[in-house]
Amino acid sequence: MIDVRQLSKRFGEQQVLKEVDLSIERGDSAVVIGASGGGKSVLLKHIIGLMTPDSGQVLIDGRNIVGLSERELIRVRSKFGLVFQMAALFDSLTVAENVGFVLNRDPKLTRAEIDRRIARVLDLVELEGTEQKKPADLSGGMRKRVGIARAIVYEPEILLYDEPTTGLDPVVSDSIDHLIMRVCRELKGTSVVVTHDMRTARRVGNKLFLLHEGRIHASGPPEELFASKDPVVYRFVNGISDASNDPQIP
Amino acid sequence: MNRIARHFVSDLLEFAGGAALLAKETVQSLFVTRVSWNEVVRQLHFIGVKSQSVVLITGAFTGMVMCAQTYFQFHKVKMDTATLAVVSVSMASELGPVLTSLMVAGRIGASIAAELGTMRVTEQIDALRTLAAHPVDYLVVPRMIAILVAMPLLTAESIAVGIGAGYMIGVHLLNIDAAYLWHNTAHYTAPVDMMMGFTKSICFGAIIGLVGCYKGLSCSHGAEGVGKSTTESVVYASITILISNFFLTLVLQRLLGQ
Repeated sequence: MIDVRQLSKRFGEQQVLKEVDLSIERGDSAVVIGASGGGKSVLLKHIIGLMTPDSGQVLIDGRNIVGLSERELIRVRSKFGLVFQMAALFDSLTVAENVGFVLNRDPKLTRAEIDRRIARVLDLVELEGTEQKKPADLSGGMRKRVGIARAIVYEPEILLYDEPTTGLDPVVSDSIDHLIMRVCRELKGTSVVVTHDMRTARRVGNKLFLLHEGRIHASGPPEELFASKDPVVYRFVNGISDASNDPQIP
Repeated sequence: MNRIARHFVSDLLEFAGGAALLAKETVQSLFVTRVSWNEVVRQLHFIGVKSQSVVLITGAFTGMVMCAQTYFQFHKVKMDTATLAVVSVSMASELGPVLTSLMVAGRIGASIAAELGTMRVTEQIDALRTLAAHPVDYLVVPRMIAILVAMPLLTAESIAVGIGAGYMIGVHLLNIDAAYLWHNTAHYTAPVDMMMGFTKSICFGAIIGLVGCYKGLSCSHGAEGVGKSTTESVVYASITILISNFFLTLVLQRLLGQ
């Protein structure tokens, strides 16, 4: 379903992605882990066509989306929902207008149907009664939830989450993790989560990819990666920095 | 010095190329997507209605000072009654559209660049793209339509108020004979002057909208990037208006055959 082949991206002198290969099947709940600033979000933005690589391919259902025009990409993107790291809500619109953004632009839907679907997803993310609030009136966790509601309201086939729990306290992070799992169960779609939060990675993923120095260093089921004796994987999943004394890998 | 010149030329070419591509995309968008008329009306209110006070004050005081200065010179050669005709022709063909555009560039061009720039740095533009909305369709087209409609109307207001204010100064302060003053004004002000002013106002409106949208959409990251884009949108739009005004005057003079 999502096939990334030999993807490379450079920003000035910094080579962020180096011939990355990645394959995600339909129904997978994939998690890309890696250090902050390691290119995880850049990889995610290439998957949805928000960035153009220097070389390589991104195949969505077998179709290479690299090189497509913005208008062609709009059609491809209707399969995707993206939850942004900082939610990226439209600050001039209310919660209901944000969530119903795609639906409001669909002439085939009636007002009643749009309102019903907005109410249903706001109920799913436990934000009933916030329809008329502006994003500025919401807390960080609530904004993330509205971002998730906006991404799932049109039931996309693939959901992408960019650092869904970054900057949130542990309790709110826990609720976002549960929400992601609930959305996965209810929509039965494919999801790709980018995070450096190991608790989130362990809970929501059935396939993990470790992005290290611009390459996919390791991949596999969570239990496999968390039990790995590879020094890079071990250090990362256990949160051990280079500065600390070399730990004995069991 | 050589490097500075090369940098300047490269920046200028990048700006001209980017703005031209945005103009092409905007025209294409008008034919392939449904225009959000609600958004056009909202923008029209912001660009047109809310700019009136600035434009009216500019027009009135320009007309007044122009009338006084012209009178001081014309009085020496006993041509007092031709004073308002000069004000009228100047306001209609040059000062009305140029000053209105410069004021709108400062108010609206900066606002468009800041709004779109902030949307870009907070990833709202990317969010639009992921929600299957083309940023040009959703953000640029309504603003361009609104500014193209608002500019001739604001310019007409500015011209009318400028001439009216000049008349008041001429008759009540400088004691020029009202009947002769008005007769000469009507005699020497041709419809061509008005047409020239309105044509210019549409061109200047397109420049303000395009530069503001381009600078906002191409804003670099951070608060500094938004500030830089906002400043550049006003500077680039104002300079482009002043330069293009000269060429438009030559071309329109020839086309309209005055």
